[in-house]
Amino acid sequence: MSGADVAPEPKPRFFEARRKVFPRRVDGTFRRLKWAIMAVTLAIYYVTPWLRWHRGEYAPDQAVLVDLAHRRFYMFSIEIWPNEFYYVVGLLIMAAVGLFLVTSAVGRAWCGYACPQTVWTDLFVHVERAIEGDRNAQIRLDRASWGVEKIAKRGTKFVIWLLIAMTTGGAWIFYFADAPTLAREFLTGTAPFVAYSTVGILTFTTFTLGGLMREQVCIYMCPWPRIQSAMMDEKSLAVTYKDWRGEPRTHGLKRAQAHEAEVAPSLVRLAQGEKVGDCIDCNACVAVCPTGIDIREGPQIGCITCGLCIDACDEIMEKVDRPTRLIGYTTEADMKLARAGGTPMPPLKRLLRPRTIIYFLIWAGIGCGMLFALGTRTHMGVSVLQTRNPLWVRLSDGAIRNTYTVKLRNMEGRPRSFAVSLSGIDARMWADGGSRETAGKTVTITVPADRVAKAQIFVVAPAQGAQRSELLFTVTALDGQKSSASDGSYFERPEGNP
Amino acid sequence: MADNKRIDAATGTSTVGHEWDGIEELDTPMPRWWLVILWATVVFAIGYCIVYPAWPLIHGATPGLWGWSSRGQLAQETAQENTRRAPIMAALARTPIDRLPSDPKLLAAAVEGGRSAFKVYCVQCHGSGAAGSRGYPNLNDDDWLWGGDLKTIQQTITDGIRFPGDDKTRMSQMPAFGRDGILNPGEVDDVVSYVRYVSHQEAASAAAKRGKTLFANNCAVCHGADAKGNRTMGAPNLTDAIWLYGGDRDTLVQTVTNARYGIMPAWGHRLDPVTIKMLAAYVHSLGGGEADPAAPAPAVAAAPAAAQAGENVGR
Repeated sequence: MSGADVAPEPKPRFFEARRKVFPRRVDGTFRRLKWAIMAVTLAIYYVTPWLRWHRGEYAPDQAVLVDLAHRRFYMFSIEIWPNEFYYVVGLLIMAAVGLFLVTSAVGRAWCGYACPQTVWTDLFVHVERAIEGDRNAQIRLDRASWGVEKIAKRGTKFVIWLLIAMTTGGAWIFYFADAPTLAREFLTGTAPFVAYSTVGILTFTTFTLGGLMREQVCIYMCPWPRIQSAMMDEKSLAVTYKDWRGEPRTHGLKRAQAHEAEVAPSLVRLAQGEKVGDCIDCNACVAVCPTGIDIREGPQIGCITCGLCIDACDEIMEKVDRPTRLIGYTTEADMKLARAGGTPMPPLKRLLRPRTIIYFLIWAGIGCGMLFALGTRTHMGVSVLQTRNPLWVRLSDGAIRNTYTVKLRNMEGRPRSFAVSLSGIDARMWADGGSRETAGKTVTITVPADRVAKAQIFVVAPAQGAQRSELLFTVTALDGQKSSASDGSYFERPEGNP
Repeated sequence: MADNKRIDAATGTSTVGHEWDGIEELDTPMPRWWLVILWATVVFAIGYCIVYPAWPLIHGATPGLWGWSSRGQLAQETAQENTRRAPIMAALARTPIDRLPSDPKLLAAAVEGGRSAFKVYCVQCHGSGAAGSRGYPNLNDDDWLWGGDLKTIQQTITDGIRFPGDDKTRMSQMPAFGRDGILNPGEVDDVVSYVRYVSHQEAASAAAKRGKTLFANNCAVCHGADAKGNRTMGAPNLTDAIWLYGGDRDTLVQTVTNARYGIMPAWGHRLDPVTIKMLAAYVHSLGGGEADPAAPAPAVAAAPAAAQAGENVGR
């Protein structure tokens, strides 16, 4: 194909510069809901590391602590060891299924209200508004050339953003070490380097993602909007412009009276007694949108369903004496019903459908299973590793000795003693520190509170026997509680043994 | 070619000027962010060349402003590690070896230190698992030529065995009974029969009976009248199941005829006392370590009753 015969106009663009979004302030039901959720989520984030929870002298007293150095995860009364990481996996699966459940029931509620990107962007937008003024002032400032005022306002804004970003990163590190100690160390410059670098990275990402990139994260970077379209169906809530009510729009009422026929065909129709819509095309819904979309164009990936356009439209509808919720949370099914003049489905019937019930059952099943497992788990464990170099040792009386490294796990906040016994062969054993003279049928090992004890166990058996016999080490608590654990291993004798 | 460059109407972008069967290529400009990253890497590379060793010269490379080198980093990390370990090493230097068991933490540190030193200095003869081989004792078992308590092991490592050049080295020499004509080959056979009898490898025989007298006259001085050995001379117990060179008839004939003269280096000349202490603690921990004979507690813990091979295992 030769380009010569293609008309030079119009020019399609493959790349689009960011359209700057200056969301206008708005007040209303959903704005207040967003305030409340922002307060709660930020409070949880900043306050949690400072909560104390007494666990006795052997464990830290921080309520929620990811103790990477000692490989422990504390969450109030629950303590998870690395070998129980499946609890964390279970929690993550619950979070995922919970997200599916919420999405199938109420749509992108996570995106609109609880996602950290939304919460922090919202916070940054409010700071911006406090410094630079509302939408129109911001647009003016943006267009103004760089002068004292612009530098001062932008500078102040960036400094406050930076402070917020730093406290965000700062709060994160407190989840990984004792918060009061780390805070003191951090401020006196004696904290570990990784603390500073973590805060640095999170400061940078918070500032960039919350302050500069904002809706671009949701639209271009985040995979979740793509995934959740698979979770939603015709009965999931979505912010919808009720075009059957709003169209045709009565655009520019006053100007229309002057140039009736040209600009406002709807007015002509109104004059002719035709039906016109409630939408007065005031663009309030576009002005308040934090992602800068026009909801009247229908469902789109840019809509995070924060509901701010609902608040904005309701304000206008009240002013023009029209029923509110021209924009509102509606399902696709209800939309079809309404277009056909029917009444919407009752909320309970909408919520209780196989999809949501199955999601809920999976979610609750995992939750109950984990609670049950947590409640009944043994707070001890054993693992046995046979020494393989040398595999066996012949003793002076001809008997054969094997050596084992036994790891005993005591997950309770007190020292415990355990009896290690052996089944499978007729043998005697002793632990390091003992000797063959003190060997017996069991060995007692005391494990400090909340620790793993490692012991060498020497096992002696007669030379006569199979070259390889199976063994079972059983560990029983000696404090009256009926907890025990066991692990298998082998007893090896020389090749060609009599 | 350049003549063919033109602005493509659909995209508004210049073409590169080539054309293959009507197919042209757009010269799409790079995105700005890509260009920024490119320049950032260039700046980084220049900075890197300045502060780190980079440009090869004839005898090495440019040293770089920061003077970094991999050897320097190793030296620094080693020094750091030595500083970290200094208190433990000082405590080990202070503590006499027979007092180590009363400080389990220090003992554990010594055993771990000994484990790594063993891998460097001892595995060549004793094997990586300390299981020894023919002529080199297995250090895991409960049979000791010169003694198996901490102090004795420490001395053995320090001064070695039959090591020329160390005055305190453990010394003893078995006569070459056959080679030197002390016993004739028939008598050697008889002694071997007796030794195999007392070690439960052969039934009683006339040869063993003759050998008993020969043993009492020639061997009992070192190996004891009961053939159970003598640790002050490093004379092995001949009644147990452990043979350093082998307990079969041929090997025993060899041993009696030509004698054995095993040598172990005196490590006191090469290693510092703390390393030797750690090595002794490690060897002692392998399962055959004996209690200090001077210690009062389990008196005469040695001498396991009549060595009936494998029948009265661990009471």
